[in-house]
Amino acid sequence: MFEGLDAIFLARLQFAFTVSFHFIFPSFSIGLASYLAVLEGLWLWTGRQVYLDLFKYWLKIFALAFGMGVVSGIVMSYQFGTNWSVFSDKAGPVIGPLMAYEVLTAFFLEAGFLGVMLFGMNRVGKGLHFAATLAVAIGTFISAFWILSANSWMQTPAGYAINAGGQFVPADWWAIIFNPSFPYRLVHTVFGAYLTTALVVGAVGAWHLLRERGNEGARVMFSMAMGMITVVAPLQIFAGDQHGLNTLEHQPVKVMAMEGHFQSHPDGAPLVLFGWPDEAAGKNLFALEIPKASSLILKHSWDAPLKGLDTVDRKDWPPVPVVFWAFRIMVGMGMLMLLLAAFSLLARVRKRLYDWPLLHRFALVMGPAGFVAVIAGWVTTEVGRQPYTVYGLLRTVDSASALDAPAVGASLMAFVIVYFFAFGAGTYYILKLMSHPPHRGEEGPRRDQPVRAAGITPAPAVAESLTTGKEA
Amino acid sequence: MPFDLPMFFAFIIAFAILAYVVMDGFDLGVGILFPLLPVGRERDSAMNSVAPVWDGNETWLVMGGGGLLAAFPLAYGMILSALYAPIIAMLLALVFRGVAFEFRWRDPQHRPLWDVAFTGGSIVAALAQGITLGALLQGIAVQNRTYAGGWFDWLTPFSLLVGVSLVCGYALLGSTWLVMKSEGALQERCHRLAFRLGIATIVAMAAVSAATPFLRDAYWMRWFAWPQVLFTAQVPLLVAIVTFVLFWSLRRGHHYTPFLMALALFGLGLAGLGISLYPYVVPPSVSIWDAAAPDDSLKFMLPGVLVIVPIILAYTGFSYWVFRGKTGHEGYH
Repeated sequence: MFEGLDAIFLARLQFAFTVSFHFIFPSFSIGLASYLAVLEGLWLWTGRQVYLDLFKYWLKIFALAFGMGVVSGIVMSYQFGTNWSVFSDKAGPVIGPLMAYEVLTAFFLEAGFLGVMLFGMNRVGKGLHFAATLAVAIGTFISAFWILSANSWMQTPAGYAINAGGQFVPADWWAIIFNPSFPYRLVHTVFGAYLTTALVVGAVGAWHLLRERGNEGARVMFSMAMGMITVVAPLQIFAGDQHGLNTLEHQPVKVMAMEGHFQSHPDGAPLVLFGWPDEAAGKNLFALEIPKASSLILKHSWDAPLKGLDTVDRKDWPPVPVVFWAFRIMVGMGMLMLLLAAFSLLARVRKRLYDWPLLHRFALVMGPAGFVAVIAGWVTTEVGRQPYTVYGLLRTVDSASALDAPAVGASLMAFVIVYFFAFGAGTYYILKLMSHPPHRGEEGPRRDQPVRAAGITPAPAVAESLTTGKEA
Repeated sequence: MPFDLPMFFAFIIAFAILAYVVMDGFDLGVGILFPLLPVGRERDSAMNSVAPVWDGNETWLVMGGGGLLAAFPLAYGMILSALYAPIIAMLLALVFRGVAFEFRWRDPQHRPLWDVAFTGGSIVAALAQGITLGALLQGIAVQNRTYAGGWFDWLTPFSLLVGVSLVCGYALLGSTWLVMKSEGALQERCHRLAFRLGIATIVAMAAVSAATPFLRDAYWMRWFAWPQVLFTAQVPLLVAIVTFVLFWSLRRGHHYTPFLMALALFGLGLAGLGISLYPYVVPPSVSIWDAAAPDDSLKFMLPGVLVIVPIILAYTGFSYWVFRGKTGHEGYH
């Protein structure tokens, strides 16, 4: 059934599918790990029960999301080899060590302390447990650092040489790691992760406020989430703008596709709000435009000239409609987040944060907005990199393993079925956990699970082993 | 045998594989044994003994993959694309295995379903890893830096033998781990299982070892040529000693020794594999030096390996220490 399809297209589809699914989990768990660290820190500092309750409430959800992130991440670390073996051979000497450092400095840190964070509350002291939570939170950030460095290098390669075998080899590691787009992408992605988490936490708080206005846990989480969005949403829009200017400098063709600029505009380019990019005809159908506004945003001048796709060979075009629309979805979500930020700020100033149902309904429907924005942004930047894997240097068609279409088609179908089944179930369990209101004396990650700890300290276990005479 | 950067990183990758096999080995083993344990306390206890550490254990698999990409990018691409089907099967199996840890507690109504996912995932992952190893030993056809064989080259009686052997071996690790970590009925059951699995594993190891030298003349020469045989003969000798201690300690009812001996068996198995493969990373034609990344890449990773790996081992040890002793079950406290 796959004979008619191109093996490389299927491989791209498989990568896109698995990486999009994978990216959902870390974009949530990066922010959630930090939120948990903040909650536990506040509990230790203030001693207020509600922070511990919220910590335990969200820890159960974190455990599920993190587990799914781990298993979907292992797939990614092998897929470069299974489906993109030529890319691995050629770019491995540069991006391989970055990923190796991600494993060494982040994955082990997260995994090593996750067990203590989830199950160790009664086994180690409070201070040590907080240290474990911090280690996991820092681990998620370090992970983002390395993987985004590797990803950014593929977008804006720097610090490399090419050897006789056609491999990219390192010439300057500092230039490789801090390649031109990396700082922008890192800030933009980490802000995105924080917003995603804040929107989810806010929606859960809003849901419970709509049912039970006096729930203390729901109030605290809603207030914290709205505060986070109020601070981060404007910062994110600024960071996104800066990232866009960086892209214009290093990957102008991507910006042409994002803007839908088929033609060059020597005296001020219009901002295309909406339209249908017709690649074959090289123009936008049904376009709604603001004259010269694009030049104002990108060049900070009404009349600045902007080149269009007509200056670029068609074989170097990315798929324009995908990039164009993904970008608009992301920006649209960003604007809605800004609106939510403003609304919640107004409610806070008027002391109506907990009794304004319209705000709560708005926050509730905005719950998934972070995921939508993050995936749309990812599609914009990755599809915008096409037709290259290493921008301008290595084409996607020259990167793939020599696999037959039926082999890739079969694995793609298997991934789709397994992911929808396994992660669909996981999402359902997460939603089920979220549907329970937070309450006083919240249980830890596993209420229905046998207690494994022997007591507050290991002493009872030791005492028992002494009395029973068994090996401890 | 020159000891340069590629050689050093070959040892590092081998170490990551060993760490993965012995650590994820016992928790995959617990998954393989799951259907043999009665539903309820014994299963819960068995699951609890690995729940806090499986994630760290599986990270060594990412380390093996990521390390191979970084240090031997050519081999990484060749091996994974040549063994496409078993690798994808392993990845999907690990998805089921991994989510089952959390899901079975979240959804008591469907717990039997997630237990099947846990066991099925563990068996398929172990089988696929063994098949991958067997297929690598058989050799991979390459041309112009890419895989040049067919899509089912990996499927042979030998690779299946290695696959089944690894399932037995992981089950042995799992049973001896549970002897160490459990009490009462579960411990007794695992003790009985460990005997049978010990025999099965030794027979399987013997079969694989006997078949390997016939795969390629180079392997035969490596093992039996004079005077190397004086060195290589130590491996079967040590296997015999370890086997003896394994069964002796099981008979004496020791709690810790059987697990340590099962680990030693895997260590020796990997040493044997190293002896067969050296100096190739993708037999029969791509050596460690052919596949290695340039020295600049390897040098960059050197501090990471020399400084960070010991730290990782230290906090991994800490995590095991926190969850030391017998695993609790309901009504334990």
